[in-house]
Amino acid sequence: MSKKTYLQAINEAVRQEMQRDRRVIVIGEDVAGGQGGSGEAGGVGSVFGQMQGLYKEFGPERVIDTPISESAIIGAAAGAALTGLRPVAEMMFVDFVGVCFDQIYNQAAKFRYMFGGKAKTPMVIRTTIGAGFRAAAQHSQTLHPLFTMVPGLKVVMPSSPYDAKGLLIQAIRDDDPVIFLESKFLFGMEGEVPDEPYRIPFGEANIVREGKHLTFVAFGAMVPRAVAAAEALAKDGIQVEVVDPRTTSPLDEQTILESVAKTGRLVVIDESPPRCSLACDIAGLVADKGFRSLKSPIKQVTCPHTPVPFAPTLEDEYMPTARRIEEAARSVLEYA
Amino acid sequence: MQLSRDDLKRAYERMFTIRAFEERVEKEFSLGNIPGFAHVYLGQEASGVGVCFDLSDEDYIGSTHRGHGHCIAKGVDVKGMMLEIMGKAAGLCGGKGGSMHIADLSKGMLGANAIVGGAPPLAVGAALTQKYNKTGKVAVAFTGDGASNQGTVFEALNMAVVLKVPAIFVFENNGYGEHTHVSYACGAPSIAERVHSFGMPCEVVDGMDFFAVREAMLRALEHARGGQGPYALEIRCKRFLGHFVGDPQAYRTPQEIAEARAADALPRFRSGVIEAGLLDKSDFDAIEAQILALIEEAVVEAIAAPFPDPARDLTRDVYVKYA
Repeated sequence: MSKKTYLQAINEAVRQEMQRDRRVIVIGEDVAGGQGGSGEAGGVGSVFGQMQGLYKEFGPERVIDTPISESAIIGAAAGAALTGLRPVAEMMFVDFVGVCFDQIYNQAAKFRYMFGGKAKTPMVIRTTIGAGFRAAAQHSQTLHPLFTMVPGLKVVMPSSPYDAKGLLIQAIRDDDPVIFLESKFLFGMEGEVPDEPYRIPFGEANIVREGKHLTFVAFGAMVPRAVAAAEALAKDGIQVEVVDPRTTSPLDEQTILESVAKTGRLVVIDESPPRCSLACDIAGLVADKGFRSLKSPIKQVTCPHTPVPFAPTLEDEYMPTARRIEEAARSVLEYA
Repeated sequence: MQLSRDDLKRAYERMFTIRAFEERVEKEFSLGNIPGFAHVYLGQEASGVGVCFDLSDEDYIGSTHRGHGHCIAKGVDVKGMMLEIMGKAAGLCGGKGGSMHIADLSKGMLGANAIVGGAPPLAVGAALTQKYNKTGKVAVAFTGDGASNQGTVFEALNMAVVLKVPAIFVFENNGYGEHTHVSYACGAPSIAERVHSFGMPCEVVDGMDFFAVREAMLRALEHARGGQGPYALEIRCKRFLGHFVGDPQAYRTPQEIAEARAADALPRFRSGVIEAGLLDKSDFDAIEAQILALIEEAVVEAIAAPFPDPARDLTRDVYVKYA
């Protein structure tokens, strides 16, 4: 066990899986970097450095730089997975899914069902999500709802270095296509991460903090935010339980329902526009299956129904803020 | 390259199987025995069979919405196909794929693909697997003149060259992307020239001549298996029917359709082989009788077979394992 960042945890997961299984390859734009330039190749290791050092260790056959062609990257990963490799494909920013979604939802995610259970597509798409970087509308989105509604795809949103490593190893060993959503905001986050490989099963929520008055459900970068809000509320004697489902597909319904059964009150914090969000999805789940537990209406803290803005004053208000989370919590608690 | 008598019989058997299968699909569709859409491969038999003739089960193909012919050319079982096309539980895909998604991975058939331009990116990946595992096998992407205008295809062509993978891109130019002629839809005058400009050889081949297709494919295989990267063929062929079964084809003159039929690859093959004294009429008659009986059996069995059971089958096989 040693302290590592979220970024290092991701790197270590891929490295250890590549050491363990030669079928694991990495493919994407600048996963090595510098191919064909006048200097040395391999020094980039992904735009945020997630794959740094892998080219040096595993070489160009296993760390494959591609042209900027997302359809060909994801499609090739799907074809390689269908024929026996276990590719880890990188989509630099999740926003680029607009040019290659067909390869995900019409191809990779559907093979198994369409082909009557006779195909396996063990691939991981690693990509980055999240606002807060002043990167504006086309480099800042958090599109997990788009993926969560795709049957055949699994969707992972790690919120800590420990979860990032364990969930990514599970993703690589998983026999189904998985999209692994790395929160840009968390790359520098530090935490205890075991040196040896370990897996965190999908569909098992983490109760990040226990409480009895109110349940927060949050994903990815919203988890530390929810914890911070819970800590602020604790000063007033309010004990908030923070549930991080860790994967949105499969979703650990039971842990969410059990928490609400205990607290009777729910706020869902979701970095996403409000319509058809995971906030809606979980509110719907609890309204359907946990109605009798509820002592107050469910509140959803989301982004507004707008693209991600550029100006810092706007972007800071775009994301679910500590103030909005706290306000939602108090309104739920004060409901008669 | 000279073919043996057995090879010639196999080639005709495959082409005639496609012919008989598709004519029967057309009929069964009109009788209401086939749900959904059916896009038949009539007229293009020599293309699929010529391309797949020298492939093994370990070589991969990715196909199109017009995929029945490619399946048969790759050696996929016609009974399993007929069951699948009729949506039956015992079909190749358990009745979940149907005509447009028929697949048989055990035969290296990565699926018909109802997204135009679907196969090329997948074939790049399947070819990458072959290169990585040093199998000496190839991956073939079938597409058409229509798909030659899709962005996914351009990306796949370029990436195959960049990664130098053993992929073979087959553009079956049957003149029409759905209902629009290639002369309208392709901005450049030649698909082959455009493909060539991506950095790989691309031959124009007469798709109504089995021998021409096979020989071009042998050159493609030598290139790809020899580690020289991708290769492409623009196979010019004729679509006898419309885009789908039942398409009235108002956009084609009766004369054009008659000319397409007159260019039929099957009688051309048959008479050429008989004239060369390699097989005689009785050989062909025997093959045809045997295939027709097989197709009849496939249809009778498929019609009698049960549909999938919603209670058991609707929600299974979405994932290998879902928590």
